[in-house]
Amino acid sequence: MTINLNINGKTYAVEAAPETPLLWVLRDELKLTGTKYGCGIAQCGACTVHADGAAIRSCQTPVSAAASMKITTIEGLGGTHPVQLAWIKADVPQCGYCQSGQIMSAAALLAKTPKPSDDDIDAAMTGNICRCGTYQRIRAAIHDAAGQPASVGAPA
Amino acid sequence: MNAITKVKAASATRRGLIIGASVVGGALVVGCSPKSMAGLMSMGSGDLDIGAFGPFIKIDPDGSVTVMNKHQEMGQGNHAGLAALVAEELDADWDKVKVVPSAANAKLYANTLFGVQGTGGSTAMANSWLQYRRAGAAARAMFVQAAGARWNVPVSDITVQNGVLAHGPSGRFASFGDLIAEAAKVTPPQSPRLKRHADFSLIGTRRVARKDTPAKSTGTARYTQDVHLPDMLTAVVAHPPRFGGKPASFDDSATRQVPGVVDVVKIPTGVAVIAQSTYAARMGRDALKVTWNDDKAEKRSSDVMLADYHRIAAGQGDVKAQVFETKGDATGAFDGPLFNAAYDFPYLAHATMEPMNCVAQVDGNRVKLTFASQIQTLDQINTAMVVGTLPGAVEIETLPAGGSFGRRGNNHSDYVVEAVHIAKHVGGGRPVKLVWTREDDMTGGLYRPLTHHLVSIRTNADGYPAAWRHRVVTQSISKGSLTGGGFDETTVEGVKGSVYLAATPVVDAQVYEPEFPVTVLWWRSVGATHTAFAMEHTIDQLARKAGKDPADYRRALYTRAGRSADRHRAVLDLACEKAGWGQPLPSGTARGVAVHESFGSVVAQVAEVTMKGNEPRVGRVVCAIDCGTAIAPDLIAAQMEGGVCYGLSAALFGKITLKDGVVEQTNFDAYRVLRMNEAPTVETYILASTNPPTGAGEPGTPVIAAAVANALLALNGTPTSSLPFVKG
Repeated sequence: MTINLNINGKTYAVEAAPETPLLWVLRDELKLTGTKYGCGIAQCGACTVHADGAAIRSCQTPVSAAASMKITTIEGLGGTHPVQLAWIKADVPQCGYCQSGQIMSAAALLAKTPKPSDDDIDAAMTGNICRCGTYQRIRAAIHDAAGQPASVGAPA
Repeated sequence: MNAITKVKAASATRRGLIIGASVVGGALVVGCSPKSMAGLMSMGSGDLDIGAFGPFIKIDPDGSVTVMNKHQEMGQGNHAGLAALVAEELDADWDKVKVVPSAANAKLYANTLFGVQGTGGSTAMANSWLQYRRAGAAARAMFVQAAGARWNVPVSDITVQNGVLAHGPSGRFASFGDLIAEAAKVTPPQSPRLKRHADFSLIGTRRVARKDTPAKSTGTARYTQDVHLPDMLTAVVAHPPRFGGKPASFDDSATRQVPGVVDVVKIPTGVAVIAQSTYAARMGRDALKVTWNDDKAEKRSSDVMLADYHRIAAGQGDVKAQVFETKGDATGAFDGPLFNAAYDFPYLAHATMEPMNCVAQVDGNRVKLTFASQIQTLDQINTAMVVGTLPGAVEIETLPAGGSFGRRGNNHSDYVVEAVHIAKHVGGGRPVKLVWTREDDMTGGLYRPLTHHLVSIRTNADGYPAAWRHRVVTQSISKGSLTGGGFDETTVEGVKGSVYLAATPVVDAQVYEPEFPVTVLWWRSVGATHTAFAMEHTIDQLARKAGKDPADYRRALYTRAGRSADRHRAVLDLACEKAGWGQPLPSGTARGVAVHESFGSVVAQVAEVTMKGNEPRVGRVVCAIDCGTAIAPDLIAAQMEGGVCYGLSAALFGKITLKDGVVEQTNFDAYRVLRMNEAPTVETYILASTNPPTGAGEPGTPVIAAAVANALLALNGTPTSSLPFVKG
């Protein structure tokens, strides 16, 4: 069936079965490949996008449910979002595969909680796995993007 | 055909290629001349267009410098380190230096330590240290000579800085771009002079940062998973549920009804569903009915395997013992009271964030692969054997990997061969993207081996070891593959060569390598993943038994071991000083220390540990490393941070278990990994050194588990006899 989607401010009409996960429509149909497949069961957060501003896992969101929402992917964040600038400043990524999801979770956190505590960061970011172990730089970058001194310093 | 570069592909017999492959193994084992081996591996290669500045450097008329990375960039940041080697000697403007993956070509791009093109063993910097610097220095000399000729001045009066050549006395200057036509005509010097350490202005500074961070922070970095080519198909494979199982028969009638499914084909490792999209392929596989032949499959459960290991270690099995270290007279040396310890280590999955995948195109005897190849030469050989062509006729476009930790480089090119089989079936050069789901990836084997250590030590009256007996039971990683013969050194490295054994007069160390169908592989730091724990946790128990401080006890053993332990002492002292070793901690928190040498580097870590319910929590880790010359200090720090997290994740939670031969963990819901709220803060201190660079990607990983176990021993007096720490 034809489903109309609003993604990054643009309207798309896609042909897909309604239960198709949004992730695969983004990646395979629309070629918006910044959003990653990591687990398919909402355990790793690599597929995180914003739906009406909230961080959701696109691998568990049927495309039909996404039709009524404004979706933002990493491509829609603009490249100069404070979180992205902080990421670049702290040289957060290693392999980088999880980082789109990390950045989308962090951006959603800061939109709701502009000055997050370490506990806030734990609560918002614990659903995003990074196997390279960039957690400490992610934490520092989030504090930096919030305009706060990092509670966890960069290494000496 | 689609997007396959034309290469001169001569035909070859399968047998000829198999002989070729076994010679590669010879190269790996005995270190045959890399040049002749590389020539063999490159057979069938088309002519590569190498510019005037050699295979590692391209300089464009606009003066921009592009460095070819012969290695796999899987997160370690080697691209930046290699580019810095070139930029330093070339005196290029670092901000304008770009890095791209090189072609797959063993003749040009072999790892100088392996003889084949490949990334592993934390060797990217070590094997390239002179090679990439010489390339940069040669190009610099060509530009200087060109400037001298144009200006008619002595070359000794010409300086180069940030890509600009200048002649001070006359005030003349020119950029690389200005001089490129003339410089390209200069014959490259064979032995260009390299800078002394004191003259480095880029190497060793925090300016050597990643070049790929903006792309990886904006979703624009292109991984294998992201490849979309015209007319591309996507394949998912149904794999046997048990190791050693084979597909017997299948019913694909329902699969072929799934919209988007194009074809179903049996391949040696399973049944492939080929479709228009990833989702369709996956739905198609869900509808597939396969009957498996488990005649030769592994059907035991993990607890049974481990019980077998315990019997083998006690000398009660029929597996042959192989001596890996022996010295002194063992007669009577183990009489009397002994300190005994036994340790169990589970199978571990690499669990890279990007599951395995590969894009393959096969058109007759021409092949193109687009994926995150880690050992390009082996991937070329294994592909050539499937297709019946020459290794050099297999073109590889190497992409960055969404993690590897060893997984993407293996002797059999497992997932690559699957992709090639499917693309060969499709034919016509039509691109096929093989996608492993998370479940395929986690249950697909090539694990860190299940391992058991049994240690018996007699100590002198002063509390230091007099005789050390060590038994290791583990599967060989190399058996049945290219390296063949003898026992697998990597399974015992870290016990073998230990400074503690150097400090012990009598040593009796043996390894047992049982063979069965579960597949195993190197996993970030390989043998050290268990040997570092067995040695370092044993040492702490001996220290406590002797009533000595664990750091002081190590220092005394380092003295007995001699000069080989000087670097151990240096990193131990540095880590202890920065960690405040011996200073009071809040009640309920304890420190543990561990030191281990791997991949030429020595790392000491001090971990501060508390208990949160039944789970250890690691707050602060102080890490000191001696990795020779530190080319990129901030990237080394990142590798220590990441190495600690990777090792800690496994130590706290990691385990793959089998029930009746079937893997029980299929995804991150059951295979628990370290998350943000459990991650420590790692402080990294790098020992100043002018030695050649040694490893950084792996050596940070194996130390942390022992440091945590030693902290728990300090906290509650209980030693750890199996990992992970968190049971259940």
